[in-house]
Amino acid sequence: MSEIANTIFSPELAARFDKLVTIYPLRRSALVPMLLYAQDEVGYISDEVIAEIAERIGILELDVRNVLSYYSMLRTKPAGKYNVQVCTNISCMLRGGYEILDHCKHKLGIGHKETTQDGVFSLEEVECIGACSWAPAIQINYDFHDNLTTDKVDVLFQIYRDGQGKDVK
Amino acid sequence: MPTLVSHPDEVKIVSRRFGLGATDIDKYVELDGYKAVQEAIAKGPEWIINEMKASGLRGRGGAGFPTGMKWSFVPKQSEKPKYVLVNGDESEPGTCKDHVIFLHDPHAVIEGTMIAGLAIGSKLGFIYLRGEYRYLLKIVEKAVADAYAKGFLGKNIFGTGVDFDIITQTGAGAYEVGEESALMESLEGKRGVPRIKPPFPAVVGLYGGPTVINNAETIANAPHILLMGGEAYAKLGSERNGGTRLFGISGHVERPGVYELPMGYSLRKAIYDVAGGIKDGKKLKAVVPGGSSCPVMLPEEIDVGLDFDQMGKAGTMLGSGGIVVLDETVSIVEFALRTIAFYQHESCGWCIPCREGTDWIKKTLTRVYNGGGNKKDVDNVQYLAENMLGRTFCPLGDAAAMPTIAFVKKFRKEFEDYIAGNKAGTPIITVEQLVGAH
Repeated sequence: MSEIANTIFSPELAARFDKLVTIYPLRRSALVPMLLYAQDEVGYISDEVIAEIAERIGILELDVRNVLSYYSMLRTKPAGKYNVQVCTNISCMLRGGYEILDHCKHKLGIGHKETTQDGVFSLEEVECIGACSWAPAIQINYDFHDNLTTDKVDVLFQIYRDGQGKDVK
Repeated sequence: MPTLVSHPDEVKIVSRRFGLGATDIDKYVELDGYKAVQEAIAKGPEWIINEMKASGLRGRGGAGFPTGMKWSFVPKQSEKPKYVLVNGDESEPGTCKDHVIFLHDPHAVIEGTMIAGLAIGSKLGFIYLRGEYRYLLKIVEKAVADAYAKGFLGKNIFGTGVDFDIITQTGAGAYEVGEESALMESLEGKRGVPRIKPPFPAVVGLYGGPTVINNAETIANAPHILLMGGEAYAKLGSERNGGTRLFGISGHVERPGVYELPMGYSLRKAIYDVAGGIKDGKKLKAVVPGGSSCPVMLPEEIDVGLDFDQMGKAGTMLGSGGIVVLDETVSIVEFALRTIAFYQHESCGWCIPCREGTDWIKKTLTRVYNGGGNKKDVDNVQYLAENMLGRTFCPLGDAAAMPTIAFVKKFRKEFEDYIAGNKAGTPIITVEQLVGAH
């Protein structure tokens, strides 16, 4: 039984949140993980998500928004089903990160922080994702793809389009 | 998925179990896992700290502070609970070493956390990974759950009457959170901005309690040190720099990868022997030796040992062990611009010199890169960077200023030539690309 009767989350996520707020010495510590998990399920941090998380933790909605606006992986607008994050930081840059980014833009027909019309892909240029020695690298949702070439990117997009890609969340 | 590499010069301590299936708890135990922590319980905190001090292990996150000493600073008596916090918020461009530890040997981080906890008298540890490492969190979460199932974590671990718990989580994308006090803020559910120090975390840390914060690689070394003995570990490295360390070599080399080399190993050999030399037979132009915040080195400066002291004497830093190699085709103006664009994006905005300084340097370098620079710009960039140094609560300001100063000092002519219209290197970024996302 969830702490909140009219939850907007699935029963599984609600149960996870019920537990999450109890494991930390301070309830509020659960905030960042909750926002991430809610985003995974809902697709973005909606006003309803903010309201319910604030209630679950016992803080103001303003406190939630204050934290939400700080972290680059949290978004307040929907993204595509597969969010493609292309690293262009120094190690990736030296090994073709920008070429990969341009290729993704061309292939998907969208720019930075945009979503394809069918809602399958969204694209983001991001700072270092910690795959420097395997550059250039991208992350699709939470799945890493490294040592990329433009040909490999084409194959990847097709795999995801066909519904065969790992949907790591 | 990151590929494992190896080279005969490697000395595998912390990477000893990589690729052997040690994510499985039974395999980990078979490979001497959870032996060190049981010995630590039997022999007590003083023994642990003495071994850690003898090992000469210095923090692998970048600052290089002696780990044993850090642990000994935590007050023995405390009204508030004490905590261990593992910093897996690896975000320094060029650095990807913790990535492979979490991927291949998560139990070593768990065991190390327990050892740190025993050393300071803590019953609760946190393993905090960067948000982008969610797939690694799943691996660590499973390892933690397996350890609980075996009775290695929780109440009465190994039947010894000792309790220890571990909580795992990720951040949500913020380089700044890698700074220890910002990490504590983030873990307390707040914006990840730094705290004023003192008080230091060893006295007033997480939830106001005494806290030990260590980088994931530092923590993963602890079980190995206790198993082999602190002195034996120290002997693997160089003077005042015990042991080995993981180096993530990236950029224009033939065999990029994460290699474990003894402290003090030659930077030249790391680039030319271990990583196979410069890609496609090109010439070396520059090396960023320890992550993007470390001052750049010229080809004639690379005959230096990779340890904290020798790199410091060479006018740079060992940092987080991320060696980025640049070949002759790279435009330093462009590389410097991409570097500062990162720091400008990641500055939390708390301190004005960092917030404004990174922004002005980026704006100036963008104009230079765009072809609209003037003669004073090089001096202005240096002036701005020098005025950021030491004037911020956390080291992000310094991390942005130090490489900028080095780029300008060591490649001044290239900047001046660029402004005069003679552009060196092959352009990679268009100004629109850079302005678009950052």
